[in-house]
Amino acid sequence: MSKLTVEIVTPERVVYSGEAKMVIVRGVSGELGILPQHMPIVSPLKVAPVRILFEEGKETIIAVSGGFMEVSDNKVTILAESAELPGDIDPDRAEEAKRRAEKRLSDKTSDLDIKRAEYALQRAIMRLDVSQK
Amino acid sequence: MAQGIREVKRRIKSVKDQRQITKAMKMVSTAKLRRAQDQAQAGRPYAQKVQQVVASIAAGNTSFKHPMLQTRPIKKTGYIIITSDRGLAGGYNGNIIRKLIQTINENHKSQDEYTIFVIGRKGRDFFVKRNYPVIGEVVGLPELPSFADIKDIASTAVKLYADEQIDELYLCYNEFESAISQIPQVNRLLPLQSVDSAETGSNYEYEPDAEEVLASILPKYAETLIFSALLDAKASEHGARMTAMGNATDNASDIIDRLTLFYNRARQAAITQEISEIVAGANAQV
Repeated sequence: MSKLTVEIVTPERVVYSGEAKMVIVRGVSGELGILPQHMPIVSPLKVAPVRILFEEGKETIIAVSGGFMEVSDNKVTILAESAELPGDIDPDRAEEAKRRAEKRLSDKTSDLDIKRAEYALQRAIMRLDVSQK
Repeated sequence: MAQGIREVKRRIKSVKDQRQITKAMKMVSTAKLRRAQDQAQAGRPYAQKVQQVVASIAAGNTSFKHPMLQTRPIKKTGYIIITSDRGLAGGYNGNIIRKLIQTINENHKSQDEYTIFVIGRKGRDFFVKRNYPVIGEVVGLPELPSFADIKDIASTAVKLYADEQIDELYLCYNEFESAISQIPQVNRLLPLQSVDSAETGSNYEYEPDAEEVLASILPKYAETLIFSALLDAKASEHGARMTAMGNATDNASDIIDRLTLFYNRARQAAITQEISEIVAGANAQV
């Protein structure tokens, strides 16, 4: 069976690159599982963990925010504003960010602030999620 | 004469100290230049990929009417200018500021017609002091800037365009050609030039649909272009500083040579004079 090549790229560096059996992402319209021979597809992604499944039943989880995915020729490319492997995440910092975002949300100021706080909160929750796995 | 000699000696010492500083700065810049180039290199795959996706969407569906791809009558122009936080970089800041001002003078009659976003303390000070319409600024960027550092200003600029507050957006920065040559550039960022679609990639399926994908990718594309310009500008800054400090070091060496020659001559003249005085004195006593 053919394999998928997976690459996760941010503007600063290539975060992850390797082979996999399956990639599971959360697109804006729902969860997507990508297997080899998938047809070419482009989809923006939600702030959510990306799961990369390997042949031996192992898996890697990567925290991805502000990105989109492109699949073509058995190659999955995820372009994101930020992407972190579980080991790169500082749980204390994420916890702190979560508290800050929650506080800002409960204070309620202008529209834009709420949007940004919600986005920050999502990211913090996702990071905590990923780091605990 | 003795007074003059001491003064020259002191100047030699002071120029030597200056040379030490400029030499150190040159070496620091050389190291930073290499790192900045590495970073620019590391950011390239992302930029390329985004461009490729945008190009393939644009190539597949020419019927799109996304505002970021469309030209509209220009009432107000936005400029993003990238300068450095610190000086001593030769003509680095001067060149790009001059270029922008020249462009502004050519194209605009009043300050209502344009607005400026500044990155870097040098540019900020310049434009704010002269009462230019600066509406966004970022200063104190770290040595190796991250995407998050300029995300705010980039998305603000892109949003102003989307809201039709500005009708075009230009990006001014020093393009890195080599360590000794940086070219000031004023490039139009928005509306996006027809993306080069020579590479007809695969025919994608879009999830949920092409229009939505385009709407989410295009702003990212613009932000990415701003970020890669910033990385380029950083490399240019270090290149410019390296060259400027290299020249300063060479000049200091020249000055030291000249002063040393003068010093030795003066010293010898003083000795000769002293000897002839002694000899004359001895002769007079006989």
